Amino acid sequence: MHSALPKSAVALGEQPVTRPAPLLSVRAIRKRFGQTIVLRDISLEIAEGEFLTILGESGSGKTTLLRLVAGFEQADSGEIWMGGERLDILPPYARRVNTVFQQYALFPHLSVFDNVAYGLRVQKIEKAEVASRVEQALAMVKMTAFVHSKPANISGGQQQRVALARALVNRPRLLLLDEPLSALDANLRRQMQIELKSLQRQVGIAFVFVTHDQHEAMAMSDRIALLRGGELEQVATPRELYFRPATAYVAQFVGQSNLLRCSVHNGIARCQSLQWSCDLPDGNHTLSLRPENVRLAEPGTAPDNVRFHAAVRDQAFQGATDLLQVECAGGPTLLVRVPAKGPLYGELEFEFSVRDAVPAPDSEES
Amino acid sequence: MNAAHTRGPRWLRLYAAAVFAFLYFPILVLAVYSFNGEGVGGFPPHNLTCRWYAMLLDDSAIWSSVGNSLLVAFFAVVLALAFGIPAALALDRTSFPGKALFRRLVLLPLILPGIITGLSLLMLFVAFRMNLSLVTIALGHGTALISVATTEVFAGLQKLDRAQEEASLDLGANYWQTFWRVTVPNLKLPIIGAVLLIFTLSIDEIAVSFFLIGRNNTLPLEIWSRLRRGITPEINAISTLIFLFSLTMILVWYRLGTRGEREPRLAEELVPGAVQEG
Repeated sequence: MHSALPKSAVALGEQPVTRPAPLLSVRAIRKRFGQTIVLRDISLEIAEGEFLTILGESGSGKTTLLRLVAGFEQADSGEIWMGGERLDILPPYARRVNTVFQQYALFPHLSVFDNVAYGLRVQKIEKAEVASRVEQALAMVKMTAFVHSKPANISGGQQQRVALARALVNRPRLLLLDEPLSALDANLRRQMQIELKSLQRQVGIAFVFVTHDQHEAMAMSDRIALLRGGELEQVATPRELYFRPATAYVAQFVGQSNLLRCSVHNGIARCQSLQWSCDLPDGNHTLSLRPENVRLAEPGTAPDNVRFHAAVRDQAFQGATDLLQVECAGGPTLLVRVPAKGPLYGELEFEFSVRDAVPAPDSEES
Repeated sequence: MNAAHTRGPRWLRLYAAAVFAFLYFPILVLAVYSFNGEGVGGFPPHNLTCRWYAMLLDDSAIWSSVGNSLLVAFFAVVLALAFGIPAALALDRTSFPGKALFRRLVLLPLILPGIITGLSLLMLFVAFRMNLSLVTIALGHGTALISVATTEVFAGLQKLDRAQEEASLDLGANYWQTFWRVTVPNLKLPIIGAVLLIFTLSIDEIAVSFFLIGRNNTLPLEIWSRLRRGITPEINAISTLIFLFSLTMILVWYRLGTRGEREPRLAEELVPGAVQEG
């Protein structure tokens, strides 16, 4: 697994990013509904052609942020700029931004063709051009065979494709997607994730994708903005987010993690019955340790690894791996992911590398 | 299904059939006597004939009153929609002080006895020195039936998926284009429903019309004035035709309703009789 890789490997496999002037710039946005503050001082930049995911639990404000960019909500303070132009003062129909809605919001009284043509027709685009652009857009999402169907007569996955075509046919500078895959079943969902990602590369338009599903976010995004209670917890690439979570919340929200609350004194970290030497300053620290970074101890591994004995309390078979819950005598209890090789019993010896226990400070509870 | 299960429903079914018969038997009698050769007298009816219908066909007074009624109903529909649709939009889209009260007050003309609506409109027209005519009847029907348009369209708006309007704005259509291209097509069924209902209610209306009548009679008033000179089989004939017309309207309206899977409307909740009257 990744445990053997040094920290710098995190950045490998990704081109060094030199950011041009951002396409969209969200500046210190605040929004409240009645007494509830939904967004507090959100600032975020999105580059041309970038696939950015806004990830968060329900109620974190992610959909509100999207609706502010689309123009369906007004911010209480702050500004939104797109390509050197102030966006938040424009009505939704004057923004070069299109949206794929959660339930697709196709027009039930119009055929697939007329749905996709809608945006072009209200812009008074010439008839022949409308026809060719609609055909192109439908071909792109493989829906050419359904031009004459009504939305009610096609499946959820097909409606999804039509909604995509309807938005992209207008050649927006930015496409917003509000949990577009949440209504699909698991298999179709995975397939659409791949298609959506390759579609985005093909059209080269920046996507802002809202989801509560961390797997989806990890699989598709160039960067993820993790929202929590109306505040940005971390904005980073999926790998950074996973291997270098900025806070304990991120560590737990993205993937599974053991949070080790330990006290450091003179370069020795103590976490209940475990202890090891480290280079952290004195004081209390929270470290994040991924379950896959703990393994069954083998003879002859690195001498500075932390080795400990623990009893297997639970074993969940998950295909290629087993997820164990192991309890050290005198604590802590840890999640451990090991290759699936059959049932494990009793007390076993485990180990992890100190370098894999990354500081992930608890953020102040709001 | 076992016997214990069916006994209750069977008994209930009989009862329901009896109620239905009670409602429709008088109309059946009316219809049968419109074919009675002996006029209104005599039981059982015999010498069945279509003579009364032929006579009706030649009765120019009846037909001019039918024309008047259609004219009045047409303008009542236009008037009720012109005021009812914006009222429904206001109820659905805006919030203003006293909105809940307004929602109830809009229904007032439906609940109020026609005699009071008629009398108050009469006093108003007299105060404005307007001559009573078909215009005043159309105004009266139109005002009284705004509530029907409002409640039908309001129910439609409540079911409308607002994301569709947002999608339209998102695709570059302004508010006006969105209203005509998305909102109105989605309200097609409630609007047609309102038109049918208002039309039927206006055609059958007698109380309000009675106060506002000028020189030209509407059909119900024509029938009513003839009744004072005794029932003729010709009246049975025209009444049968009115019944068939109303029945057709109700069936069309019902068909639209089942197609649109309509929710119980405000008018029905508050005035259970409002629908059957048509």
